[in-house]
Amino acid sequence: MKSVTNILLWLIALVIAMGCALLLPINGYLMNLLMQASTYAIAVLGMTVVLGYTGQINIAQAAFFGIGAYAVAIGTTTLGLAFFAALLLGAVVALLFGIVLGGSTLKLGGHYLAMVTISFQEILTLVLTNWIGVSHGPDGISNIPRPHLGFLALDQSQHYLALCLFCLFVTAGLVAWLKSSRLGLSMQAVRDNELAAGVAGIDTYRIKIIAFAASACLGGIGGGLFAGAFRYISPDQFAFDDSVVLLTMALLGGVDAAIGAVIGTALLILLPEWLRFLKQFYLAVYGLAVILIMVFMPQGIFGYFARLVRRAPDLPRGEFAPLALGADTGAGLPILEVSDLSKHFGGLRAVDAVDLVIIGGSVHALIGPNGSGKTTTLNLLSGIYRPTSGNIRLGGRDVTGLAPHLLAAAGIGRTFQNIRLFHSLTSFENVLIGSFRAGSGLDAAARRERAMAALDFVGMAARAHDQVASLPYGHQRLVEIARALAANPSLLLLDEPAAGLNLTEKQNLVALLRRLRGHGLTILLIEHDMDLVEQVSDRISVLNFGRRIADGTPSEVLRHPDVVAAYLGEVAEDAAA
Amino acid sequence: MAIILQLLFTGLGIGAVYALVALGFVLIYRATNVVNFAQGQFAMLGGYCMVITTVDLGLPYWLGIIISLVVMALFGAIFNLGVYYPLRHRSFLPVVISTIGASILITNLVLAIYGPEPTTLPGMTDYPGISFGAVFLDAQYLVIIATTLALVLLQYVFFEHTMIGKKMQAVSQDKEMASLLGINVTGMIMLTFTYSAVLGGIAGILVAPILFVSVGLGAQIALKAFAASIIGGFGDVPGAIVGGLLIGVAETLGAFYISVPYKDAFAFVLLFAFLLIRPQGIFGEKIAQKA
Repeated sequence: MKSVTNILLWLIALVIAMGCALLLPINGYLMNLLMQASTYAIAVLGMTVVLGYTGQINIAQAAFFGIGAYAVAIGTTTLGLAFFAALLLGAVVALLFGIVLGGSTLKLGGHYLAMVTISFQEILTLVLTNWIGVSHGPDGISNIPRPHLGFLALDQSQHYLALCLFCLFVTAGLVAWLKSSRLGLSMQAVRDNELAAGVAGIDTYRIKIIAFAASACLGGIGGGLFAGAFRYISPDQFAFDDSVVLLTMALLGGVDAAIGAVIGTALLILLPEWLRFLKQFYLAVYGLAVILIMVFMPQGIFGYFARLVRRAPDLPRGEFAPLALGADTGAGLPILEVSDLSKHFGGLRAVDAVDLVIIGGSVHALIGPNGSGKTTTLNLLSGIYRPTSGNIRLGGRDVTGLAPHLLAAAGIGRTFQNIRLFHSLTSFENVLIGSFRAGSGLDAAARRERAMAALDFVGMAARAHDQVASLPYGHQRLVEIARALAANPSLLLLDEPAAGLNLTEKQNLVALLRRLRGHGLTILLIEHDMDLVEQVSDRISVLNFGRRIADGTPSEVLRHPDVVAAYLGEVAEDAAA
Repeated sequence: MAIILQLLFTGLGIGAVYALVALGFVLIYRATNVVNFAQGQFAMLGGYCMVITTVDLGLPYWLGIIISLVVMALFGAIFNLGVYYPLRHRSFLPVVISTIGASILITNLVLAIYGPEPTTLPGMTDYPGISFGAVFLDAQYLVIIATTLALVLLQYVFFEHTMIGKKMQAVSQDKEMASLLGINVTGMIMLTFTYSAVLGGIAGILVAPILFVSVGLGAQIALKAFAASIIGGFGDVPGAIVGGLLIGVAETLGAFYISVPYKDAFAFVLLFAFLLIRPQGIFGEKIAQKA
């Protein structure tokens, strides 16, 4: 088992590191460097979670680090708390600030968080400098005590370093484990494609807050340990520049791996020692390094080398049950009832009072000329847009205006016209994320099996371990369909699945759609390819200029005069006369 | 009453500087979808160019301004080539981080060469200002407000009534389409960076006699300019100007009536308030997500 080897390696490294800290003679200078590196690295691991896994910019990690440090300093010296109680206090306060800051801005675009975090950083520095009664102002706080832990007198530097290293190893282990967990995969889905993550059932806002708050909390813990390590703190240690240093450490090492955070921190703590000959130009070189890393090593040092060593596949082996589909679909009954649905953008009526009924177990096609409102309708049905007016009922339940992840939980799955996959993940991971649908009642092993079965269903099991970005276009479409299927939707929305496919791929798609229908899955299909529409659909609805102009069986609809006119142009009045 | 008018005047003057920096930052955002975190350093560099040319080299003030603006234009072009261009096909995050890197590089290069001591730049005129009863209109503040007004008008004429301005607008709306229509997108983006750097430089030249010229000048102005553009409505040109003025007035009033040490915090408090109550800003960011 791979995970067991990893845990063993981690344990061995932990024992060696703590043994070295406790037994080797370490001079005061090196001791300072090591304590700084190990406490910084904990904060940088927070950056791994928020920036690396979730793709949100936090430029206030030094502020959270400072909150932790001041909590320990004030808690132990002024309030008379025990060290670990003060450390806990710092972690909780940082966490709360993370939740409040994240909660107020993470619904907005990425640049808002960047600026709000900068603002927070600036305000905190002002407060620490000016609130002299509590923070002792620019003088800082000295004589911060170190804890006693049973027989270990941690006020000895070597023992305290061992404590820091222990905390670092635990944090790094957790952050590394997080990456392949359900939460971690959801974070990466949000980072890679937020819109698709929502439609795949992930509450993107919640995930972003969790990531940001976790990052803030790790910053607080790192800072608390830092205060104990140096026994003296002052506001200038937690300024904007230090946030940037923490950011650079994460980026340099490799922002989406725990080990990258440790490498980056160690390197940037040691770098000043090696770059001493640069003297005052040191920070300028630092800035230059950031630009160069972004240009030449966007994945950081660890990411750069990790590409050379491929990960061993970690997939469910052996037989797995064939994919079960369309479980909660009442065949023959209306599953989706849309009445009077409208979406207006300013004066444009993109969708205008559309009625639509989809019968369970059928393939229903939605066709119409370009700009007739088909994709807008799909966006309304999957929660990307909120309707201006009208009503959507799924299986008898009113789902009008629900957020994408709630609609996914209610049983709507979809694919996109311009494929939206989580491009840095493998096919298997993409589909696994699809299987996370809330309320599916599957445990972790069953979800993995289901993801594999969904990939197998679309014929992509052999490519399960490939990164989706490296797959050809047609295969990416299949993975996207498999991702939707893994959630076991009661209604599958397909937005132009045949677009960009060659003839063979189209024939395979027709076969796949028929198999899906054979399994009782209800499908709403947008498609321009009329051959394909005629071959697979039971019913067709036609939109033109946002209005439904026809509805019925393929033979009725395709001969309907309004439909012919919409596609071929109106017969001119005088020519007809 | 006189005090309020006096504070309003001072606030508008400093706000105009924030507005100029915010403007440069909005123009780059519209052209490239990138938030340029080094925008404040443009202002800082403008201030230092003036100090070097007029104080250190003893050149006349007008010549110093011309040289500084030329240097800033060149710098904007180099910035584009070094920081944005290699990353133009990447996503938002790497480019933003690259501009943060540039900001560190610029700040510390200036620090290494010029040292941490703030320097002063004399005002543009020896004429002290005009008195209206108890209200005194300082000449430098008058220059700042007049220059900003003139620039805003010029920019309006440029974008709405010249071909090259319309091309720049086309690029900011749809790069692919603009390129299909034969517009030189790379060139237009280059021009945007150049112009933004010049705007930043002007802001720096104007504000230098009021604040000290120091390496911290850039960050100090940039953060407030960022806040200004969010308050105004992200990516909106009139919004950046109104937001900048609003912050200038708010912090001047705040410093006088509430607290001097926390002067720099008022902009951010205002920003938080807007984010909570009206995140789209005064004029509203056009947020559109297409599936």
